[in-house]
Amino acid sequence: MSVLALPASAARARSARRATLRALASSKTFVVGVVILGWWVLCALFSSVITPHDPLTQSPDVLGAPSLHHLMGTDQLGRDVFSRVLAGAGSILAIAPAATLLAVAAGTTLGLLTGYLRGAVDDIVSRLIEAVLALPLVVIAVVVVVALGHSTLTLIVVLGVLFTPLITRTVRAAVLSERELDYVPAARLRGERAPHIMFAEILPNITAPIIVETTVRLGYAIFMIAGLTFLGFGVQEPSPNWALQISDNYTLLAAGNYWWTVLFPALAIASLVIAINLIADGVSRVSER
Amino acid sequence: MSVPIAAALELDELEVVYRVRGTDRAVLHGVSLSVGAGESYGLVGESGCGKSTAALAAVRYLPRNGRVRSGSIRVAGSDVLALSSEALRRLRAERLSMVYQNPIDALNPTLRVGQQIAEVFRLGGVPRQEVRERCRDALARVQIADPGLLLSRYPHQLSGGMAQRVVIAMALAKDPALLILDEPTTGLDATVEAEVLDLIAQLRSDFNTAVLFISHNLGVIRRMCERVGVLYAGRLVEEGAVDAVLEDPQHPYTVGLIRCIPRGGARKDRGRLDSIPGFLPSLGDELPPCAFANRCGLAAPICRSEEPPVHRSPEQHMSRCHFHERAQELPRATDLAPPPEAAAPLEGEPLLRVDDLATVFHQRGHEVHALAGVSVEIWPGETLGLVGESGSGKTTLARTLLGLLEPMHGSVALDGHVLPALRGRSQEQIRELQIIFQNPDSALNRRHSVRRILLRALRKLGDLAGARAEQRLFALLDSVRLSERYLDVRPSQLSGGLKQRVAVARAFAGTPRLVVCDEPTSALDVSVQAAILNLLVELQASERVAYLFISHDLGVVRYIADRIAVLYLGRVMELGAADTVFDGPHHPYTEALLSAVPTIDGAERERIKLAGELPSATEPPRGCVFHTRCHRKLGEICERQEPPLVAVADGRQMRCHIPLEELARLQATEAVSSR
Repeated sequence: MSVLALPASAARARSARRATLRALASSKTFVVGVVILGWWVLCALFSSVITPHDPLTQSPDVLGAPSLHHLMGTDQLGRDVFSRVLAGAGSILAIAPAATLLAVAAGTTLGLLTGYLRGAVDDIVSRLIEAVLALPLVVIAVVVVVALGHSTLTLIVVLGVLFTPLITRTVRAAVLSERELDYVPAARLRGERAPHIMFAEILPNITAPIIVETTVRLGYAIFMIAGLTFLGFGVQEPSPNWALQISDNYTLLAAGNYWWTVLFPALAIASLVIAINLIADGVSRVSER
Repeated sequence: MSVPIAAALELDELEVVYRVRGTDRAVLHGVSLSVGAGESYGLVGESGCGKSTAALAAVRYLPRNGRVRSGSIRVAGSDVLALSSEALRRLRAERLSMVYQNPIDALNPTLRVGQQIAEVFRLGGVPRQEVRERCRDALARVQIADPGLLLSRYPHQLSGGMAQRVVIAMALAKDPALLILDEPTTGLDATVEAEVLDLIAQLRSDFNTAVLFISHNLGVIRRMCERVGVLYAGRLVEEGAVDAVLEDPQHPYTVGLIRCIPRGGARKDRGRLDSIPGFLPSLGDELPPCAFANRCGLAAPICRSEEPPVHRSPEQHMSRCHFHERAQELPRATDLAPPPEAAAPLEGEPLLRVDDLATVFHQRGHEVHALAGVSVEIWPGETLGLVGESGSGKTTLARTLLGLLEPMHGSVALDGHVLPALRGRSQEQIRELQIIFQNPDSALNRRHSVRRILLRALRKLGDLAGARAEQRLFALLDSVRLSERYLDVRPSQLSGGLKQRVAVARAFAGTPRLVVCDEPTSALDVSVQAAILNLLVELQASERVAYLFISHDLGVVRYIADRIAVLYLGRVMELGAADTVFDGPHHPYTEALLSAVPTIDGAERERIKLAGELPSATEPPRGCVFHTRCHRKLGEICERQEPPLVAVADGRQMRCHIPLEELARLQATEAVSSR
């Protein structure tokens, strides 16, 4: 019989995962995003070590303009804005990924169920999703937070539930095209049950759209948390928080030219959202190839 | 021969490279060929040998990472590589036409057919008021009955054969100097293919257009071309007049390629198919000076040290082989002797009994009668071949047997016990029936390793786990001739043939008693097809498994099947032993199917043209469903009364108003008169 030589392509393709990582590493947008995100993660983890002043300590030097001693000036209670910006990364970087992960887990499960089982399950869930998507997310979030009371856990659950429909829709679409492939009837013809087919057969093949969706949602989550906090329905005082810093100080913009109290926390939020979007962009480009 | 004016296409020492991961990899190595004005030249070879690259290079349409490294290309006398982009555009618009494999993809789905054809004329400078008239003429020329109606249709409303005619009409709208046809009939049914080929042949003689015909199908090349070139790994290894190359091949690759094809009454119990050992080289592989040496039974040390010179006979039969005069002595790569008991006699009770099965699909409020009262039996250890055009219900029958579809009425019984749909089957019943799909890329989970795929199958189908599963795994690999080193790779890293071996191994992980083979070799190259067919025959002999073998390739079905059922619009038209179905007398539909297949032996049968297209299964014709296309229609009786499927001889059933003796007489007299 034939000589069974390993095709040359086998050795090359074996490192498919490594190739993906290499492609990501060579994508400028992805690398820039990771560097910015990494910086804020470091700040969140080591804020007590790296902040030049204690972010909570008040001082008589109220509303001081940026100087060498206070790089970003001081706020109306005399606290160091620079230290508060560095320390403010913590809460957002904990809540946003937690909410996103919750949404991804729920959305993936629902997407697999609706896409694979179709029928009544699909009809009911899909109509519910359309109903939720028709509502203004921020208003719903505010109402629920008010009803359930302020807490970090409430915030995570509310955002997780609100993001689930979007992820369900993406996953369902991916499952619908996968289930047309013959490996699905092949699995049924060896007597596999639906959960095995959904989670062991189909799920590994739709990780790419899920990862892309996850990064995109993470950016939105940060945005939503900042918005809710600014409105007073998010994280509570006194922990330093970018959105709270803005909401505490933005009235001063009208009172006097104290721009530093608002600009720097706003830039921090923007940089984080941009970083996540850069990462999402890099990931989706690599996964499309 | 015509007066030697400028050749339509001339490639001279053409080298084309693709840039992959920063290095140039050669796809074509010094290919020189010329297609004379009005000549039809065939280019054959297996996938990846550079056929399509040659065609794309000729129109300077290589993918972004491809470029011509050296050599020259001349189309109708002009040097394609030296043209400015405007001159190139004009050359493409006026002198060149291409027809690709999938006609539906070649048409813009958002534009009406008329607009797309009109574009060709407008580009050619035809005045606006004449365009519509010219469009009608163009469609009439490709034998479209009602051009006016077709012009206002969208591509998705056309059948494959109709769409390919539209594409050909567009290609010929400008009277090109060179027409490049890249596998123009590969996706089409045999009957439609035959019509399209006839059409191309006729248009070619009308227009005297030169044709570069690319195909993997030697039969098609034989019917359509005057000269043929054989490509292997980007090198032209043999070239000459079609008859000479196919009947007296001078290169071992051509010899091997021809031997792989089941033909001339080859059957599984009369001998194994030959195959070509080893693999097609992939892009960038290191090859010896003779690219074929690693797979060649005649290879000697000189083949690995010196590039074979071009040998050209006085009749312009070219071969690039050190041993061209001995090419036909190429030793077989497989044993000739068939496995013992390759064809088991039908004994005892049928394994599977399909009784009056009817399946209906609901599509947009219409009822599609995919199967209408099909009854067949399959005995243990036999192969029942299932043939028919697409839309005849072959796959529906297979899926209904397996339980993937629920029949509207009728039953499928295994060992006398009626099988419910898949949901209601016991694990035991599930294990008895397995399937090998057409396309292993789709049938194997691309995220699972070969080991995971097979171990899971062993567990579910063979009830094996742990050390015993591992043991059986190696035995299984051995039985499908798959090396252990592939266990930890994913399917995408395997070649098509190896993937299909994994799929075969998966089907045989338990001890199935019936395996449905749904076109298992139609996605494979012929050399690989031969190896897979040999494997299926061996497994059948050793496991006494029965096959339901679906194929549109009649040569393959004849090779592997013991009995054959011919399906048309969800009905069995003819059922009988393979030899009798092929040797006749035939049902008129079978007769037409057989006559449509181009053979590489060159012995042309009288072609029977089927009138029109396959009728829609939503409203099958009244009376005999075949009467709308039948060339032997008797008259009113065929339109009013559906003939029953009756036993016409021992083990032979037919659905026709014409008695068997009459069919035998008709077909015998015509065979004599056509000679």
